[in-house]
Amino acid sequence: MSFVALIVRRIAHAVALLLAVAVLNFALIHLAPGDAVDSIVGEMGGASAETIASLRHAYGLDQSLPAQLLIYLKHVATGDLGQSMYFSRPVLGLIMERVPATVILVFSALLLSLVLGTALGVLAARYPRSWLSAAVTVVSLFGFSAPVFWSGLMLLLLFASVIPILPSSGMYDVVANAQGLAGVIDVVYHLVLPASTLAFIYLALYSRMARASMLEVLGSDYVRTARAKGVPERTVIFKHALRNALLPVVTIAGLQFSGMLAGAVLVETVFTWPGLGQLAYESILRRDNQLILGILLLSSLLVIVGNLLTDLLYRLIDPRIKAGG
Amino acid sequence: MATLPEDIPAAAVARGPWREAWTVFLRNRAAVMGLAILTLMALLVAFGPMLYAVDPFDLVGAPMSPPGSPDSPLGTDYLGRDIVAGLVWGGRPTVVVGFCAALITALIGITVGSLSGYYGGNVDRVLGRLVELFQVLPALLFAMVLITLFSASAVTVTFAIGVVAWPGMARLTRAEFLRIKQLDFVRAARAIGASDARIILRTILPNALPPIMVSATLATGTAILFQAGLSFLGLTDPNVMSWGLMIGSSRNYLREAWWAVTFPGLCIFLTVLAISLVGDGLNDAFNPKLRDR
Repeated sequence: MSFVALIVRRIAHAVALLLAVAVLNFALIHLAPGDAVDSIVGEMGGASAETIASLRHAYGLDQSLPAQLLIYLKHVATGDLGQSMYFSRPVLGLIMERVPATVILVFSALLLSLVLGTALGVLAARYPRSWLSAAVTVVSLFGFSAPVFWSGLMLLLLFASVIPILPSSGMYDVVANAQGLAGVIDVVYHLVLPASTLAFIYLALYSRMARASMLEVLGSDYVRTARAKGVPERTVIFKHALRNALLPVVTIAGLQFSGMLAGAVLVETVFTWPGLGQLAYESILRRDNQLILGILLLSSLLVIVGNLLTDLLYRLIDPRIKAGG
Repeated sequence: MATLPEDIPAAAVARGPWREAWTVFLRNRAAVMGLAILTLMALLVAFGPMLYAVDPFDLVGAPMSPPGSPDSPLGTDYLGRDIVAGLVWGGRPTVVVGFCAALITALIGITVGSLSGYYGGNVDRVLGRLVELFQVLPALLFAMVLITLFSASAVTVTFAIGVVAWPGMARLTRAEFLRIKQLDFVRAARAIGASDARIILRTILPNALPPIMVSATLATGTAILFQAGLSFLGLTDPNVMSWGLMIGSSRNYLREAWWAVTFPGLCIFLTVLAISLVGDGLNDAFNPKLRDR
């Protein structure tokens, strides 16, 4: 199968998956006690039976379930995710305002942990009996076991309070209101703590994976051959070994995207980072159900797109994988 | 040391591999330390509340009094509630919910994984899609949605955590079943006319257990982190003290009363760390290939 045909097939698969998420979403709305009209009536402070009936009709809630599902899917397909009860605005617009902040946070954390984790892992594999190798083990145990919101708070305590060198919350300095390059620097400055906190969990994972896969590759025949030929050690590590050792790390990185989005909810709450996670948290406290379900759908979409990109990237890196496989 | 070939069923060599794994486990210092911390934590959670009878919601002293006073050894929070009482009482919901959620994870994961791996074909295809669906849902967000739509009771929270975490377990179980079902003793069981249910439960599952047990151990750690995260966000029952809730309610006073945030987090960290160490130890013990690393 050609690469284009493969892409088409993968996209069709992703759309089917998204459809399934939408159906699950719909099922959740209907399994939950009370419906949209109940909440509206609740906010109105009660209503007559006729008003309730006409509202149910207006929202299509008097129709059969399959018909309602069809209406819901039609709305989702056209980008209509309903109205937020709290903001009285369309859900999609509210979410779109918050996506960039979350994407910036998640991608910088992903990049940071991937680069740093691989470097640590490679060094630990190269010098297996060193203190560095032991340090990787300790860091990875800490990253796996410390609750992310707590390590965030501890970093906050250390770098915003004890040694106050970094800002403790938000995405920009509201007072300074810097523009252009100064504005970018301001965002990066605010990004350091939240991105490091989120990266920490995955730093653990990647350094461990990179070490394991590097150890395996370094013991393989072709590395021994390269060394026997007299290839410089630096070339052996970076050209022969690292390329192959990176494959499993990339796969895992893609699969972790969903977990990272979940971690973002906690990190954004700790650092009041104005992203999707914070919006989700606030909407949950306000019981703004339409908005919450919209966020769930949209973040699943982000994960599906992330997985799709990883899958394609993986195939580009490793030509051994046959397109149809 | 002599190791047994993997395809000998546990029953045929009379507990041999299990005893051997235990011996290897005991030689792993980190794992034994993990087990010791875990035992201590279990004792604290089980008997602490009986020995330290201060109500974690009672205002026992001045707000934000620092650690060191005889009345409240680890200080009080911003309302004047005793931190030690919070630590002693707050472990129960975290650990119990975490443990039960991991049980649900294991139950769903093993069921889906074994059916998928054993039957293959269309069963595998359909269940595979289900696994995929749950893998793209951001787990914490999905759990938050379930709790908001239904209730914040311990049962909902347990169920929500259990239901988001199972795909990994299902994939692992499926892989084990795919491997083991090819082996001779499974064919022998089929040849003598054993039913599918019997082959799945009595022939394959016991042999697939070691990696599943490791994964279930680690799942307990994840579930505890989940519970802590949810109660940190204030999405669990506010009338039940838990470690996450302590951190969540005191986090706005981080600068003034660092102890109210630091100690409960340390408890969560130590518990999960101990579970990870035990999990790693089990993994090494069950996996002869890794032993000499």
